[in-house]
Amino acid sequence: MMCSLALFPPPLSGDGETSQYDESSTDPSVWFGDSPALNLYFPRESLKPHSRPESSSKSAFRDHCETLYTRSAGAWRDAGLSGLLNEIANSSAEVPKWLGVSSSCVLALLRWVSSFHSSLFPHLTLSSEEMTAEFSQVLDWSDCAVRSFAWHPHTQKCAVALSDDSIKIYNPKSATTPTLKHRLQRSVAALQWKPLCASALAVACHNCLLVWHVDPTSLSTRPSSGCAQVLSHPGHSPVTSVAWSPNGPLLVSASPRDTAMLVWDVAVESCVPLHRVGGGGVTHLSWSPDGSRVLAATPSSLFRVWETRMWTCERWPSLKGRCQTGCWSPDGSRLLFSVQGETVIYALTFTDNPGVPLMMSGGPKAATVVADLSETTLNTPGGDITVGGEIQSLAWDPRGERLAALVKGDAGAGRPAMIAVFKTQISPAFKLLPCGFVQGEAGTEPRLMQFNPNYQHGAQLTVCWSNGKITHVPFCFMSAGNPQPGLGGSPSLPLSQGRPANYNNQTLYTELIS
Amino acid sequence: MFSADQSCWFVRKVICWRAVASMAWSVLLLLPTTALFVVLSRFSLFHPILWISECLSLLTSTSAIFSFILLCGVVLLVGFFNLEYCTVVPSIACSKIALLGQVLHPRQFVHSLVHCIMGVVVAWCCAFTIGGRYRSLGHPCTQDESSSGPEMCLNEYHLVLLLVGAFIGYSHSLVGVVYNMNYVSFHTMQQYKYLRFKGALPLVVKASAVQALYCLRNFLLLYFFMGYAPRAWICRTLDLNINSSIHSLDSVSSLLDLSLLYHLWISGTFLLLTWYITVLLFRIFVTEVYSFPVQSTFTEESHQCLPKVITGMQPMILKFLALQDLALLSQHSPSRRLEVFSLSQPGGHPHIWTALSKECLSLLSDLTERLVAHHDTVATNGRAKSQSTGSNKRSTTSSESSVGMDDMKTPRPSALIRTPGSVFLRSSGLRTPLTTPFTPDQDSPFSSPALRRLTGPLEPQGPLSPGFSSIQSPHVMRRGPKLWSASTDSQLNGSPSPGPATSLSQAQLKPSFLVTFLQNRKDQVKQFLAKRVLIMYLFNKLPEASSQALFADSQVHIWALQGLSHLVAASFSEDQYGIVQTTLPTILSTMLVLQEAVDRHFKLPHTSSKPGHCSCGMGDDSYKTLRFALRSTLKTAVYRITATFGGHLHAVQMSAEHRKRLQHFLEYKE
Repeated sequence: MMCSLALFPPPLSGDGETSQYDESSTDPSVWFGDSPALNLYFPRESLKPHSRPESSSKSAFRDHCETLYTRSAGAWRDAGLSGLLNEIANSSAEVPKWLGVSSSCVLALLRWVSSFHSSLFPHLTLSSEEMTAEFSQVLDWSDCAVRSFAWHPHTQKCAVALSDDSIKIYNPKSATTPTLKHRLQRSVAALQWKPLCASALAVACHNCLLVWHVDPTSLSTRPSSGCAQVLSHPGHSPVTSVAWSPNGPLLVSASPRDTAMLVWDVAVESCVPLHRVGGGGVTHLSWSPDGSRVLAATPSSLFRVWETRMWTCERWPSLKGRCQTGCWSPDGSRLLFSVQGETVIYALTFTDNPGVPLMMSGGPKAATVVADLSETTLNTPGGDITVGGEIQSLAWDPRGERLAALVKGDAGAGRPAMIAVFKTQISPAFKLLPCGFVQGEAGTEPRLMQFNPNYQHGAQLTVCWSNGKITHVPFCFMSAGNPQPGLGGSPSLPLSQGRPANYNNQTLYTELIS
Repeated sequence: MFSADQSCWFVRKVICWRAVASMAWSVLLLLPTTALFVVLSRFSLFHPILWISECLSLLTSTSAIFSFILLCGVVLLVGFFNLEYCTVVPSIACSKIALLGQVLHPRQFVHSLVHCIMGVVVAWCCAFTIGGRYRSLGHPCTQDESSSGPEMCLNEYHLVLLLVGAFIGYSHSLVGVVYNMNYVSFHTMQQYKYLRFKGALPLVVKASAVQALYCLRNFLLLYFFMGYAPRAWICRTLDLNINSSIHSLDSVSSLLDLSLLYHLWISGTFLLLTWYITVLLFRIFVTEVYSFPVQSTFTEESHQCLPKVITGMQPMILKFLALQDLALLSQHSPSRRLEVFSLSQPGGHPHIWTALSKECLSLLSDLTERLVAHHDTVATNGRAKSQSTGSNKRSTTSSESSVGMDDMKTPRPSALIRTPGSVFLRSSGLRTPLTTPFTPDQDSPFSSPALRRLTGPLEPQGPLSPGFSSIQSPHVMRRGPKLWSASTDSQLNGSPSPGPATSLSQAQLKPSFLVTFLQNRKDQVKQFLAKRVLIMYLFNKLPEASSQALFADSQVHIWALQGLSHLVAASFSEDQYGIVQTTLPTILSTMLVLQEAVDRHFKLPHTSSKPGHCSCGMGDDSYKTLRFALRSTLKTAVYRITATFGGHLHAVQMSAEHRKRLQHFLEYKE
């Protein structure tokens, strides 16, 4: 049988921050050593609303008559061919009749074709903002004060993207908190620090990628926009996901409108598009910690697993819905993912050598269900609580001991969004045991979570709540299979000691529970 | 140049076969391209059935097969030229005059001439395929009433098409020099050949269409003004008449004939497309990863093993592929890494690791030296006051940089990397043989700090003006206008960058009266010339060119850094005998010294800190951004080692300054 929510200990009914199964929920600040804790609070009122709609600034200026030529050129620049045609068709008084008519005809034809295209891929009808909100890993992205959050992979430093399009960088060891703002930094969907680098931060923006170089020794609180590299590619917008290779200079980026996944060589600002037929775009990317594979989810019921040696991919077509999220085990041998419309976690095992193309090696033949998070009613002293639902995002701690699943709630049905935490064991056999729920203050929902990769005493889950608070939930345990503490944050370290030589597919989940 | 046995096997067994395979594929691809061209060139909207049937009958006719064979011959020749002219280290011209020299070089002249002729051949095939009014050069006409019977008149349409072919062929060759189309770059990402080709094909089609458009524009301008010359010449040589009843084509109205423009453009696109595809396939095939054996059980194959191959000098491509293989094996294959970390069977020496690390380190320290020399040149250039401090600083840096590197220096005659003009397969004609004998002599005084200190005092009191090139490092000089070092007039007119050989030998000589006199003359001539605008335009350094030239072969250094750092990181858990630990201090200090030199280079005023964007068709401009890749790879490499070893690095012996620097890396503050 698989692990299900019914086996979980019921959450406490009170408004305690956490309800752990067997772990101390001590003050998180002690775990940052002698430095101040990074308990951040961004009340929504303090953030200025997103204020850059072109229409509002337009109203401040007097109407100015431009020639048709200027307007057409502007329309061509802003919106391409369809914009140009639209402009010509709208200003029928100024153009010759045949031109107006023909451009209307071509425009109608274009719309018809595009409607046909978007009937194949319904997500193309969404606006960019809606698309980012739809495919983001953050629950209710558009309403959230904290748009994205990223821990530095090697040092105690984190970046927080806020809904006013600024990014703040917090470092407990330094007094300055740089605020990053850029003209092109709009609707940030994802952040990631470059591994094996102190300063580079990749930001997935509205229509480009920004790579900030924030000098850690600089005392400036507002790094100039000259510190950012702008990486853009025609047709690649909005960018909803970025992933750095764990040991190299490469960065992959994805956009739901672009069927190609872009692999950037950031230092030289060049990119290689990887086109594959099907899917209609790429929504979510996740690079395995050992660097050998990349998960690429698409808006349709298909996802791909790329092998990064020769960049070939494996298709996983027959899903019920689109792949919403996925995460890799620390040794890169196991992929857990969830599918929209389903309440289970699937697992894929890759037992081949990294480097051998997937087609030729014995990749997994089928995904296995390892956990069921369907709606369950738990009895608590304060009354019954209904938990469960679709999974918004998954996070696995860097040692492979805890797995957190952010479960979408349903406010109408009285089912709050929750984080369910599992204990996991990768070697000698894959096990998934219930651990507990993480709850916030009353009336708050978790929106976004990430494990802190530099936590020495176990695992630490950073959660951003709907009220704008960011808290850190520690999980203290004695790590069983980690002989080299202090090196856990190093992605380049081959973690092969935790990987069984010949692994049986049968023991995907444990038999120990009940 | 292939006489050395050890390099010969590689060219014979691998490179030639790769070139042949790429040519075979381009000939195969010629078939669909030609078919597409036939279909598009005969396109008629209003007679679709006639159009298709004509195309089919043309494609199956024997004359079409003849022109197809001609095209195949052209493609094979282009492929051969690729093999002959392509290089993995771009030749970067540092000034306009050097560029001009490259363009006018005899070797390049041959290239241009042959491409011109091939352009005419392809255009003839196009004219034949399109048919109609383009079919032949002459057509019967009745000139006037007095002459009896039909005469042959010139068909100007045919002539224009041929001239377009020649023009595009020549400009292809010219653009190839200016945009370094002969440069073969290696990709960071490995992909299968088919997928790489598929990904690049749309870009190639677009590039050829756009390039054909530009060429056509230039050609039409040229023909509009000068069109009568080739026409009259052809008429005279072939004894053709000009049909006076038809307007000649060099007028605005007749050049704006849409059908003519379309045919010219599509022919040009076809021509460029077939050539570009050949170039593309050649690049893809030749840069494919080659997996060298790390060690061999048979002694006769030992020269093919990675440790031997990587230290080799010629051909350049062999060294590149070997280092690429090293970088890949260090990342991806644990089993081959184990071989690197293994000990020799009788004796127990880590020969493989020693050879590999020594070569990588010498490459890196070579680059450091080059950068330090360049920095000194720039820092002291034109400022008399800073001269003494500059030389002081130089001596400290050079002595410091030589710490721990002297023992790593391989005693070899001349570093190949130091002569980056050397081309892909053999040393090019662009590097004239005159420079070669000077090269080792040039480097020797600068490579050893002791000798450099000897030459140091001579510099300030040298009779040369501060801006003069005696204080420019030989590295920079050699990478600059190489042609010059051979040309005699450069020494006569005393241009700002004459051959380094002359200036340096003079500086080393006792400054006799004659020399001083000559130098004074030279100065005067130089000052006179400096006032002329055209001369200054030609001789001024192109911005960033010197920086680009410094890092022209940095792909090698990038791989060396990647290979070393991955091997060191892997050694933490895989090195059973601890052989890597013995070289760890040297590796770290080499990397840190290089890091310092690179940092200083990027602080120079003339180097931009961000890669610029250039969108020029097929020319590969990745050499322009190599220094940025190198900078980031270097940092990542140090971080990779510090992240793996962590606090253990405190036990490694190194100088206090390096320890401080390393501490920054350990705290993630770099």
